[in-house]
Amino acid sequence: MGRVEGKVAFITGAARGQGRSHAIRLAQEGADIIAVDLADHIPNIDYPSATEEDLAETVRQVEALDRRIIATKVDIRDRAALKAAVDEGVGQLGKLDIVVANAGICVIADWQGTSEDVWEQTIGTNLTGTWNTLQTTTQHLIDNGGGSIIMTSSAAGIKGLPFLSAYVASKHGVVGLMRAYATELAEYNVRVNTIHPTGVNTPMGTLGGGAFGPLLEAHPKLGGMLANLLPIEITEPVDQSNAVLWLASDESRYVTSLELTVDAGNTQF
Amino acid sequence: MGRVEGKVAFVTGAARGQGRSHALRLAQEGADIIAVDIEDQIGTVPYPMSTPDDMAETVRQIEALDRRIVATKADVRDYDATKAALDEGVAQLGRLDIVAANAGIFSFGSMEELTEEQWSDMLDTNLTGVWHAVKAAIPHLKAGGNGGSIILTSSTAGLMAIPNIGHYVAAKHGVVGLMRTLALELAPDFIRVNSVHPTSVDTDMIQNDATYALFAGDLPVEERTRDVVGERFQTLNALPIKWVEPVDISNAVLWLASDESRYVTGVTLPIDAGSLIK
Repeated sequence: MGRVEGKVAFITGAARGQGRSHAIRLAQEGADIIAVDLADHIPNIDYPSATEEDLAETVRQVEALDRRIIATKVDIRDRAALKAAVDEGVGQLGKLDIVVANAGICVIADWQGTSEDVWEQTIGTNLTGTWNTLQTTTQHLIDNGGGSIIMTSSAAGIKGLPFLSAYVASKHGVVGLMRAYATELAEYNVRVNTIHPTGVNTPMGTLGGGAFGPLLEAHPKLGGMLANLLPIEITEPVDQSNAVLWLASDESRYVTSLELTVDAGNTQF
Repeated sequence: MGRVEGKVAFVTGAARGQGRSHALRLAQEGADIIAVDIEDQIGTVPYPMSTPDDMAETVRQIEALDRRIVATKADVRDYDATKAALDEGVAQLGRLDIVAANAGIFSFGSMEELTEEQWSDMLDTNLTGVWHAVKAAIPHLKAGGNGGSIILTSSTAGLMAIPNIGHYVAAKHGVVGLMRTLALELAPDFIRVNSVHPTSVDTDMIQNDATYALFAGDLPVEERTRDVVGERFQTLNALPIKWVEPVDISNAVLWLASDESRYVTGVTLPIDAGSLIK
């Protein structure tokens, strides 16, 4: 018996990285998946954008586990398209139990280098896109008699980190959104929590880091803020997924409004 | 394959309640158990505490799962006794991976009314006792070379004030400071340290006449039923429930004990039905 057997999970940013890992981990434990991803070019980022082939690979891996998956190419900034994908998925799979608001982008730049474009794009995706995700899914959870929403924030949603001002603002905003929704949705048995990863071994977490080099060379005092307390450089996607799985399952049925750090102690110092 | 297969866990306060539940849940997932409990009364505690029969029942239930358990009557206020029990357990079971420092007591009184004895019993058990359990365990965890996971039982009262239990609030806040310091000091050895923060849990610690009087002192004794008092407890929580079950705390302990949380340290984890956001 899987730990989320028979449940249906909606996951944003599911083409690769943490999102794909969440889809697979939940499917391994018995869930069916509704997946969306932009799967298209993202301007301004230093790492490759996810592709339609990536999303197809997620579908293949979930189906290889004998679970069902409905995958759609959607930009979470587009409320109408997102709603259509959610409603279609819930229509086909019958209900919704779990929401994993994972999709996000990260642009490294110092304060002078953070353009209006980068600001709009980061807040639009990481914060407004997450709000769109909640707005289009919450009623389905209530209709189902309860559920679990897990939002991906960051260590940068708890403490300031240098050269990520738009990202830090967006991820702090996610915490505010989580806390507000947790209060309103408790009476419906809908739990709302955030996870706060440190660096994760994904294209965004590894290939996007190059821009830190010259900035940290110019401001060496700040480098320690990016370090982990536990003696590791980076976490794996499955570490984040194991936290998502616990929050998604009935094992955490009375846990709500929690900021769960999966950060190797990064926020502890 | 269990989620903590082959590991050994040290659980304090394991004779009944949350401690027994932790021992059982970890054993269900493959761990062997080193258990201690006071199995005796503390003078200022206004409800009956655990007995040797309770511990015998924990032992029976663990052995029914085909896991090993080394159980000892030991008071966590007594460092030497706690250390001796743990050392013997490690000698018999061969290793130590997990510590669930769970033993704790409850009593009440306003800050103005609390006696010296209530204060010292509370701090000695709920704070110093936690430190004793961890202090005794650290050398074993380090010697194993496999890292480890320490889970300290705090409370929602470790993160917020609640009137009429100021000594409990102080002790449970102290546990958070202990947890954070331990997390910093032990990270280089890959020993993770986190705390759990339950709201009311359906155990003997709350289901007793003294606690009912605290929550429903305005009612005649015969009207202080489980249901009526439960309604009062429910006002503490955001989720529409009266209290949580021991297994809900154990499921959090299990996750923190397992390698699923291998990069999680320094976390204050509420299992609180949203009481902290109220």
